Amino acid sequence: MSKRKVKETHMPVGECISQVQMILRERFCHQRLPEKPVGMESQHKHLLELLRRTAVHGESNSVLIVGPRGSGKTMLLNCVLRELLEVKDVNKNVLPVHLNGLLQTDDRIALKEITRQLNLENVVGDKVFGSFAENLAFLLEALKKGDRSSSRPVLFILDEFDLFAHHKNQTLLYNLLDVSQSAQAPVAVIGLTCRLDVLELLEKRVKSRFSHRQIHLLSSLSFIQYLDNVRSQLSLPQDFPDTKFYDEWNDSIKTLCEDQLVVDVLQSHYNSSKDFRSLHLLLMLALSRVSASKPAIKPTDLLEASRVCMVDSKANILHGLSILELCLIIAMKHLNDIYEGEPFNFQMVHNEFKKFLQRKSHSIHNFDKPVVIKAFEHLQQLELIKSMDSSTAKIQKEYQLMKLLLDHSQIMEALQKYPQCPTDVKQWAMSAFG
Amino acid sequence: MVRYFTRLRVRRIYKWGGRPYIFDRKLKSYGFEYLNMSVEGQEAVTTVTPGQYILIEGNDDEYPFVAKLLKLFGDESHKQKKALVQWFLRLSEVPQNKKLLLGRSPHPQEIFYYLGRACDDEINAESILGTVQHVPEDTPFPEPGTKDTLYVKLSWDTKAFNVLDPVLMQDTSASTPPKPALPLFTPCASPTATPVSRGPVHHALPTPDPTVMRRAGSVSDTRATMSAGKRSTLEAESIHSASKLSASKILSAKRRGSAADTPGVRKKLQLSPGKKMTRADVLCELLDEEMESEKVVSLKLSSSVSHSLQHGCSLSPMRSGCKTPNGQRRFPWKLTSISLDRLSPTALGEQDFSSTLQIECLDSYAFLSSQRPTTPSRRKESAMAIREPALGVLAEEDSEDSPMQPIALTPRSKRKSAQLVSLRIRKQLNLLDNTQELISDGDDDCFVPSKKELQSSSNEEKTDSEEETDSEEETVVKKTRGRNCKTSVRTPHKTPSKKVCMVTPSTPRCATPCIPSRTVPARQPGNILEEARARLHVSSVPESLPCREQEFQDIYNFVESKVMDGTGGCMYISGVPGTGKTATIHEVIRCLQHASDMDEIPTFRFIEINGMKMTDPHQAYVQILQKLTDQKVTADHAAALLEKRFSNPAPKKETTVLLVDELDLLWTRKQNVMYNLFDWPTRRHARLVVLTIANTMDLPERIMINRVASRLGLTRMSFQPYSFKQLQQIITSRLNKVKAFEEDALQLVSRKVAALSGDARRCLDICRRATEICEHSASHPSSAGLVKMSHVMEALDEMFSSSYITAIRCASLQEQLFLRAVIAEFRRLGLEEATFQQVFVQHRTLSRVEGLQPISLSEGLAVCQRLGACRLLLLEASRLDMLQRVRLNVSQDDVLYALKPVRD
Repeated sequence: MSKRKVKETHMPVGECISQVQMILRERFCHQRLPEKPVGMESQHKHLLELLRRTAVHGESNSVLIVGPRGSGKTMLLNCVLRELLEVKDVNKNVLPVHLNGLLQTDDRIALKEITRQLNLENVVGDKVFGSFAENLAFLLEALKKGDRSSSRPVLFILDEFDLFAHHKNQTLLYNLLDVSQSAQAPVAVIGLTCRLDVLELLEKRVKSRFSHRQIHLLSSLSFIQYLDNVRSQLSLPQDFPDTKFYDEWNDSIKTLCEDQLVVDVLQSHYNSSKDFRSLHLLLMLALSRVSASKPAIKPTDLLEASRVCMVDSKANILHGLSILELCLIIAMKHLNDIYEGEPFNFQMVHNEFKKFLQRKSHSIHNFDKPVVIKAFEHLQQLELIKSMDSSTAKIQKEYQLMKLLLDHSQIMEALQKYPQCPTDVKQWAMSAFG
Repeated sequence: MVRYFTRLRVRRIYKWGGRPYIFDRKLKSYGFEYLNMSVEGQEAVTTVTPGQYILIEGNDDEYPFVAKLLKLFGDESHKQKKALVQWFLRLSEVPQNKKLLLGRSPHPQEIFYYLGRACDDEINAESILGTVQHVPEDTPFPEPGTKDTLYVKLSWDTKAFNVLDPVLMQDTSASTPPKPALPLFTPCASPTATPVSRGPVHHALPTPDPTVMRRAGSVSDTRATMSAGKRSTLEAESIHSASKLSASKILSAKRRGSAADTPGVRKKLQLSPGKKMTRADVLCELLDEEMESEKVVSLKLSSSVSHSLQHGCSLSPMRSGCKTPNGQRRFPWKLTSISLDRLSPTALGEQDFSSTLQIECLDSYAFLSSQRPTTPSRRKESAMAIREPALGVLAEEDSEDSPMQPIALTPRSKRKSAQLVSLRIRKQLNLLDNTQELISDGDDDCFVPSKKELQSSSNEEKTDSEEETDSEEETVVKKTRGRNCKTSVRTPHKTPSKKVCMVTPSTPRCATPCIPSRTVPARQPGNILEEARARLHVSSVPESLPCREQEFQDIYNFVESKVMDGTGGCMYISGVPGTGKTATIHEVIRCLQHASDMDEIPTFRFIEINGMKMTDPHQAYVQILQKLTDQKVTADHAAALLEKRFSNPAPKKETTVLLVDELDLLWTRKQNVMYNLFDWPTRRHARLVVLTIANTMDLPERIMINRVASRLGLTRMSFQPYSFKQLQQIITSRLNKVKAFEEDALQLVSRKVAALSGDARRCLDICRRATEICEHSASHPSSAGLVKMSHVMEALDEMFSSSYITAIRCASLQEQLFLRAVIAEFRRLGLEEATFQQVFVQHRTLSRVEGLQPISLSEGLAVCQRLGACRLLLLEASRLDMLQRVRLNVSQDDVLYALKPVRD
């Protein structure tokens, strides 16, 4: 690094590119906290004030942060916590406890985790001792002994809050919220969830103990802001070592964002989802196409990346099927047309296929039944068709009812792109009835 | 002091004397002028009259309880004999840590007038051992150990020693001039007999908790009403339920046994019916004779045997007598009663209560050995077998480390009885040794544990559960003693730590639950709004609970009456959350506790459990027991212990008030937890008041089976949701003249909440939020004025408005389109449900109409999943792929309303 600093202005392009990729990848993948959360100022203030009161005044609180996935709930909370811990007399005073509904799948595990993170006295090393009942009693006793002015405030952060509501009797939630409503150790219970109906999950006595503070994070981001965001996300920071490259890169990003093709791509992305995570994925893919020989993101890169992002997951599977399997799928499509989506079995598909062979086929010769069954089973393994019966053992393979997990449009699209597809098969697929 | 020969287990005969007069017409009890006591086979008759000072049988035979007899009464049949007494305490009964309060070294024969109320002052007259002399307070102490007299100078009220009110003593002494003692066995009763064992020896160490004995007294008192035949069956039962018998039962059983009521025992006794009287007589004579030489002998022995068998004191029968469970106790005891008629001195040795007797045993060995061949019996053999471990010790006199040998290893001695007798002496001497040691280093802790270990190891038939039972029994008893119980006399009992380890070996014993304390103290509220916020927090305890006066009064009266009467009862309280149920009960208890501190009502214990704060309904037992007695046991065991505690009578028992919050969580399929909770209060001796709380009014009818609901009874109370006026009053009273709200704003909040739920918590939370909004809206925090309507409106909006519409408005275009497609598909199908495939077709068409690029199926699924995650849509499991069914979680109108601006 020091060597580079001496040179400062001039670095080989390859070096610059790898620097750029490192910086941007960290931005996209490591969930770096922004300086200040954008578009959620009031929520930020509300949450910060609330937690500050718990930390400084010892006031118990409970709050839910609700917003769709990718809307920045965790980011907001982490920003607030970072800011909170910067305050001097808060720093050493709060005990944050992080729980996640996906990790702490029941109260027993959750209690152990809380005890471990609080480092209560029944923790030895990294292990929590005692039975579930003992742990609960111990934790409650500990919290009960505390009081508003003398004990350290505990911040319980419950990620995926809705999953905690599915625990038996909601014991943990009841107890945490009960502590937050009584004169015990000061606690703040912060729930993060994407479910809008989370309060309906709470039992009435748990609900009554919850303060009903909800911070909604619903981004009302306009497309202009979205574009600005893309630009700022792709731009290099001021302290980039090579100033020349810095200027070049930022200019190229600016022109990129004004390109109509890019705007269209981003518009379709924006229409699909406003959250930044999917945007980051898109930009990541575009960034990976940058190399020393092509030291800027081109509009076509973005287009290609968007194509990759939006590709139909089943299209590629369809391209890899054999003609026989494709024929079977077409037969199924016809059956779906005839019987209006009713399930079918192998025998029906086989009949349909034989009819096609007898009447229309020129290029495809007859397959033996076991071969057709094999192809049928392969389709089932690829989950292009799905069995409707729960008990597979009872019914013979040929008569099991199946459903097609493909849309007509997908089939037609696949046929168009299928390399060297026999025309009679195509015609058969397009004809109204088999 | 006198040694009263209760250990002889001779049958004492009690007879009412004087004309009975009706004492209580209602209870049909008769008062009597005096009580004649005589011992079977003895001419001497002791007469006890009210006003006299009496000794009452306890486990500690050397120091029986002292009391003043106030009244003698019995029932119509004259079978039940009861007495009303005023207790006096010996110093050994005063808790160790309180002894210092005395401020001077106590006189060994000093007793204290007991002013506490924890003791049951009604005793069974048949536990009276004899009378004792008492000297009024102005007499100076004589030389220790010279007379059989007790001295009262101070009174003890469980907290402090007070100078005795002369009036108290006057009417006692005036009415009954103290009489010289008339012990049952005059010759033995001479206090000069055993200066070695007595003297200034402080008797605190192996004393079992006195409550055990008092309880024992009252047990026998209840049993006394039963007929003899019934008694015997009971006894048989108690033999079987060995492990579960409490110490009190053992004691009473012992006494009854010694009275030879049990047919079985009687049968054995009748093996030598002719000799019965004579044996007793001979024994007395023998004792008589040996009295003089006793002192010499004991001294001699103590010097010769020395410390070689220190651990032998673990066999000290005072301990085994009161502590060991019945099963273990029973057998040797039976032997005692058997040998009583045949070879009384051996029996005495077995009982082993005092050095005097043992030495006498030794001296009367010649007599014994002459008797033994005449009545050889199988039973005696078995008796010997039991004692074999002890004999083993005798054989290897000098082996210190193995004082107790397993039975199989023990060599049989030809002269069993001789060995036996000398063993007794040795044991006794060791006891004396220990006592002396104790005086010298003044620390009784040092030998207690070893004693305990030894005992448990030597008792081979003793099971773990028994061990637990008796030590628990002790702690239970300790608790019941009320305030002075926690640090009562250092009774040697099983170290609780050991037990804790046994039950929950994984929990570190000494862990004290606490949250680390903060380095910087919490900041106090700075301005009016912060002050208001602190006051409005649900956790802040208000000075009074407004709007629940009627409920408060009802509950107060209910609990107070039960506490006063010493009875039990249940109450069921229902009400929606946030209506002040728990708060009201806490308030009631606070008031009652204040009243009991002021001595207006008897003391009581308050215990609170919460169905939500336990992991399993059966944990309720564990928590109750832990709060009652501080012991940690398993749920099943706790249930058994509680069952015993609430069904057995015990003096000094105070009423327990149990609050069961969230009762519905205690529901089990068999409902036995609920059943027990409601059944205990109905027991005669439980003195348990159960207050239960749940949300639903019809809980008893809905979830309880008949026998549970019936026990719950009809004492029910329902907390209605607060009306808006009440809510307003609650906020006003909480704010308590802190002017932070506009009047209209308060009214709006309370009306809104009253209309929705009547939940006071909600109301307070909204007010708190409103103060925050008010603070934020002001340009500068200090310049913020009153909380206005607008702020309250905003807070209400935040808390009550549904976020669905905003969520739909903020959704991405494709998501909105998908919602429209869902509605379109619903309309087409005429159903409220469609598969994703169907909706997706609609979605495709709609996006063509809107001029958008149709999205791929994968992307469509992603959109659908995102909506499902927010619960705008309800989806089936995603493994069904495009066949999953889709439903709306919001009304179609809401969706259309939310999407309208987008369309325009």
